[in-house]
Amino acid sequence: MSMDNIFGIAGTALNAQLTRMNATASNLANAGTVAGTESEAFRSKRPVFKALVDEQMTNAGAPYVGGVKIDRMVDDTTPPRRVSDPKNPLADAQGYVYQSNVSEVTEMVEMMAAARSYQNNVEVINTARQLMMRTLDITKA
Amino acid sequence: MNLLNQALGVHEQALQVKSRRLEVLAQNIANADTPNYKARDIDFKAVLGAAQKQDTAMFATSTGHFATGQEISPDGMRYRTPFNTSFDGNTVEMSVEQANYGKAAADYQATLNFLENRVSSVRKALRGD
Repeated sequence: MSMDNIFGIAGTALNAQLTRMNATASNLANAGTVAGTESEAFRSKRPVFKALVDEQMTNAGAPYVGGVKIDRMVDDTTPPRRVSDPKNPLADAQGYVYQSNVSEVTEMVEMMAAARSYQNNVEVINTARQLMMRTLDITKA
Repeated sequence: MNLLNQALGVHEQALQVKSRRLEVLAQNIANADTPNYKARDIDFKAVLGAAQKQDTAMFATSTGHFATGQEISPDGMRYRTPFNTSFDGNTVEMSVEQANYGKAAADYQATLNFLENRVSSVRKALRGD
């Protein structure tokens, strides 16, 4: 019965959305991080999702085909802010430090979007579970 | 014997198609944030029509053989036409998918009700009261 697959598919989505939320938490935690050079400055990280259709060829019948996975993590390419702070022990020769390029507002929005997607998939599982239980009850009719 | 083989009628296949449709809609919802993912759906009429007239069913060599359950064909998958475009090429529209999933769940339950009726009539016939 393909009803089983729904749990696998929604499960991969829960996993992916949780990783996305973890990335957001990491970005927010590092929002105030400063570094001494531009290359060392913290850059906001974001997961890129990929559909799990490729696996259909090698792993046919796997319960999660059609689900989603994390393809890779990408760095935000916005240049880090350069701030003059000569008293900072990390400051370079000219007295500058490089702040992370995390935008708190964007991260909050991202976190809410991830939470909503997570809830959607939980609902999918709940509905599928109810239908499955009712299907089992068919013999009692 | 024929009576029992066909006691469930078209609903047996309909239930399979409908659970397959639920699966496809779950895939859409799971990939709501995947770049370049194209939302799909099942053309219920096409799949059920194909399932009903397919002649690849197993051949019974004895009258004592039971009819086997038939797998539904994988045809009938269609790409959804989105109402709006998106920047990342994803055509999943969450509200549309949610509405469809809710309706598909209700459809599934409707088929379940039909099946329950069939089962209870067969049971009544067997009991003979």
